[in-house]
Amino acid sequence: MMCCICKEKEATVHLTQIAAEKMQKVDLCEDCAKQKGVNDPAGFSLADMLLGLGASQEMEQAAGGSHLKCPHCGFTQADFKKAGRLGCAHCYDTFSEGLEGLLKTMHKGTRHKGKIPAALRESQNLAARLKQLQKRLDKAVAEEDFEQAALARDEIKSTKEKIAEITAP
Amino acid sequence: MNLHEFLVPPAETARREGPNTRIVMSSRVRLARNLKELAFPGWAKKAERIRALDQIRPAVESLPQMAGAFSESMDNLNALDKQILVERHLISREHAAKSAGSGLVLNREESLCVMINEEDHLRMQALRPGLQLKQAWAAIDAVDSKLEKKLDYAFNAELGYLTACPTNLGTGIRVSAMLHLPGLVLAEQINQIIQAVNKLGLAVRGLYGEGTEALGNVFQVSNQMTLGESEPEIVERLNKVLAQIIEHEENARGTLQEKKPKTVCNHIGRAYGILANAHSISSKETMNLLSFLRLGVDLGMFPEMERGLVDELFILTQPAHLQKNFSEKLGADERDLLRADMLRERLRSISRPVNPPVKLDKPSEE
Ligand SMILES: [Zn+2]
Ligand SMILES: [Zn+2]
Repeated sequence: MMCCICKEKEATVHLTQIAAEKMQKVDLCEDCAKQKGVNDPAGFSLADMLLGLGASQEMEQAAGGSHLKCPHCGFTQADFKKAGRLGCAHCYDTFSEGLEGLLKTMHKGTRHKGKIPAALRESQNLAARLKQLQKRLDKAVAEEDFEQAALARDEIKSTKEKIAEITAP
Repeated sequence: MNLHEFLVPPAETARREGPNTRIVMSSRVRLARNLKELAFPGWAKKAERIRALDQIRPAVESLPQMAGAFSESMDNLNALDKQILVERHLISREHAAKSAGSGLVLNREESLCVMINEEDHLRMQALRPGLQLKQAWAAIDAVDSKLEKKLDYAFNAELGYLTACPTNLGTGIRVSAMLHLPGLVLAEQINQIIQAVNKLGLAVRGLYGEGTEALGNVFQVSNQMTLGESEPEIVERLNKVLAQIIEHEENARGTLQEKKPKTVCNHIGRAYGILANAHSISSKETMNLLSFLRLGVDLGMFPEMERGLVDELFILTQPAHLQKNFSEKLGADERDLLRADMLRERLRSISRPVNPPVKLDKPSEE
């Protein structure tokens, strides 16, 4: 059996892994196994390697064969194929379409559930609060309850100030 | 300060114990984070990597958790230093290959280690002895919460923390435990366990050795999926699976002692015989035999020996740690001689294994 990376030498390292009910198999020669850090406990993941091998094709198809390039860092699909890694945070916008299918096979879901930086969490809460207040204001105005409307306006003002405070660098 | 003066002696780190130390050697939680505006390290040009390092390193150094930390640029560490850090599982081999533009910040206790410009701008990890995943998560979560105030993280409401590789996207978390499983290996149940654990979306692999081979019967179990599940959920899932593996390992040991006591004693007795008397021994053979010595300690067959001594020898007999004490470069043959000398010396005061107590109740957790 040939090594699936260099396609030159005989594969001697065989890895199998079942993730999310999907079996993944990779055969490598000694050199490629070493180079990919197969024996590196801190760094290696089979999914990472598969990404570099098959996943980039999936991405290409999803993008309809167009030649996308990240406007922020100049990274292209061909680069992804080579490295199995993206160029910068903005690449996720550029390649989002192609990545979606990939993320589905790789992860439990495609939406982040977990930690959110505190500042962002707060501004999200405030934005939600703002929406609520706006509704209350509209209702008060419609019912000609001017006292309630005034209260809502005051709170909208202070909430907007807080948001400005947080988002200011 | 140079690295060798800074590092805690293995004799000390190896004697740190946590819950379930018999089977769980250590716990680790790693987070991947990146800066919003700079290219990921693998794609950034050198100047840009240095800019990232110059932003991140002072931020990490200023954390209260990092008071008195060792902080260095990777180009100021020589190959031996880096190899020693790898052998202690403090940095990845990938990070050891880095030089200018990459860095390392390591706290005094060696319980927090931040790699700068590895595959991501930040790879920070918390380490704990024994089974302490929740504690490790809490520790690294606290570090991350402090850092997010100082650094502009790449974060997206939909995809979470953005990472160089899509496999780490979302939480950027890798939760792992290092397990010593000689019972399951001897009982030939290890492959079944690995497959079962794989089906749950967790990875299992040998910690030492090439490819899929697990030297010293030491395995690492870790999560693979990072998106679509919260950090506490991932920690909890791993804890559940680990509890089951621990139970299977204890059962395998119990069954072996009951059904094949001679096989077990034979392995442990031979391991002791070779380690305490050899004049040349490879790193690979050493690991495999030390595993049986550790099992012997667990089974009460070495009343004078602490488990910490075995764990210390696991570290000290590795190539870079052996080389460290010698100025001239040693060949593999010379290392085999020195390794055997050290083992004979360190095991001199340890008596031959005694027969295990006839009726062994399931050993209580210390
Ligand atoms: Zn190859
Ligand atoms: Zn980009």
